[in-house]
Amino acid sequence: MSARTPYVIKGETGDWELVMGLEVHAQVSSNAKLFSGASTAFGADPNCNVSLVDAAMPGMLPVINKYCVEQAIRTGLGLKAQINTYSRFDRKNYFYPDLPQGYQISQFAHPIVGEGEIEVDVEPAHGGDAYAFPCRIERLHLEQDAGKSIHDMDPSSTYVDLNRSGVALMEIVSMPDIRTPAEAAAYVKKLRAIVIALGTCDGDMEKGNLRADVNVSVCRPGQYEKFRETGDFSHLGTRCELKNMNSFRFIQQAIEYEARRQIEILEDGGSIDQETRLFDPVKVETRSMRSKEDAHDYRYFPDPDLLPLEVEQAWIEEIRATLPELPDEKRARFETDYGLSRYDAGVLSADAEKASFFEDVAKGRDPKLAANWVTQELFGYLNKQDIELADSPVSASSLGGLIELIANDTISGKIAKDVFARMIEGEGEASDIVEMHGLKQVTDTGAIEKIVDDIMAANPDQVAQIKEKPKTMGWFVGQVMKASGGKANPKAVNDILKAKLGL
Amino acid sequence: MSVTKDDVRKVARLSRIAVSEQHVEELVGELNGILSWIDQLNEVDIDGVEPMTSVVETTLPMREDIVTDGDIQDQVLANAPRTEDGFFVVPKAVE
Repeated sequence: MSARTPYVIKGETGDWELVMGLEVHAQVSSNAKLFSGASTAFGADPNCNVSLVDAAMPGMLPVINKYCVEQAIRTGLGLKAQINTYSRFDRKNYFYPDLPQGYQISQFAHPIVGEGEIEVDVEPAHGGDAYAFPCRIERLHLEQDAGKSIHDMDPSSTYVDLNRSGVALMEIVSMPDIRTPAEAAAYVKKLRAIVIALGTCDGDMEKGNLRADVNVSVCRPGQYEKFRETGDFSHLGTRCELKNMNSFRFIQQAIEYEARRQIEILEDGGSIDQETRLFDPVKVETRSMRSKEDAHDYRYFPDPDLLPLEVEQAWIEEIRATLPELPDEKRARFETDYGLSRYDAGVLSADAEKASFFEDVAKGRDPKLAANWVTQELFGYLNKQDIELADSPVSASSLGGLIELIANDTISGKIAKDVFARMIEGEGEASDIVEMHGLKQVTDTGAIEKIVDDIMAANPDQVAQIKEKPKTMGWFVGQVMKASGGKANPKAVNDILKAKLGL
Repeated sequence: MSVTKDDVRKVARLSRIAVSEQHVEELVGELNGILSWIDQLNEVDIDGVEPMTSVVETTLPMREDIVTDGDIQDQVLANAPRTEDGFFVVPKAVE
């Protein structure tokens, strides 16, 4: 694991650095909505999963869904965060056709979850070394989702579907600890892995069930460190908020574009307006969303329809006792139990499906060999062919069978790659393929000795020169392997050659 | 605390209420009257008193995570001036 190096963008007037904080909206996995008994199911006919509460009919009152509170607490525990036994709901006031109440019920002054921290593993896009950094979480609060506005069904009208209106969201806010586009994507990946492991959000980004807003600003080298020492935001640049991104690629592209845009403005002597911007994935640019002069004037106040949310410490402990193994714990276990490198352990523990596949392969076998074959050969192949692990042509037990053949010296690592290719082609189990094609490694020293003798007899000059030119050894090994059809055990070949050549 | 004409215009805009210029002047007077009445409350010493957001001495009631409502599209849409295929239809509202 290597160190975190600063991400520098060269400008006309010198170097710049990036500072980012993220707000991730994760839809709570629940049957019913946060304050009503309507269903949260995806894909229903328009306005069918809507109660009169969600439609904000006069006289309707919200009643909180206990399970959504439990899910928020569970997520907070997964983020190693402070759980607040007292929290409260506020109204965030703004007008939009898909928000029938005219306000969103959210938590402003007193969120249910306070400060936490997660460890983020970063794999830089441009081939740099992998590293990890701690990202502090500022808070997590519960709020209602809005409905959906559809603008492309009619040139002069907007169509509104309230099915999503009132579905519970967790807004997870990070501290400004994120410094590169790859780190931003890695942070969202880590959060996603955590909520999926906890079962508190399905993490389906295509459906918008997990989406990110990124606050981006730029500063000169050294300014960020001053900010971290003092906590004074004036050391940092003015930030812009990039709204509602639901893919890791868009997040990185949007940040890269936005950083360039801000640097150009600053270098031309201009200043950044604090505003909300939308990323256009087609044009790969961000644009101003609205003149937000009033937009941040949400006039929050405590919702008089809801009493404060007070939870018992005992309930929190009950939830804590049911927490599953989290990705970081799994990684630590893979490092200690299987002796894997932090990087391999990180890759294999990042999602539950990969982790359990690896554990099936590694069970009772050489775990490092298993990790190499799973991450390098199998995942390498699946990524290249864009195949999901669930559809892998080679099962965990079949791959395990191949690894056993390598471990007990039946085949060499090189031959194993050919066998693996045949397994992908559907030729069957490794042992059958080895049998059928006679790929068994020759460990019989007598047979190898005979090949060595033949080659020495045919090449007396090379034999004579071996003392002066010990490098010729490699040539001999090559000849023997070739004569054996690649099946001779490389270690046995080496040993026999050394003995016979007197090295 | 007192409000100005600009404050009144801003609050009206945030509330999506059209207010004529003449009405703005009247509202400045009315709102300032209300605020000065509320100002009297500032005479009360509330040092060390927790803000109270409810007068009810109970905790927040909670419901179980069970679907008990919905599938009432006709009722939800009943008052809408315009609907189509189950959607509310409103004047174009896009950034």
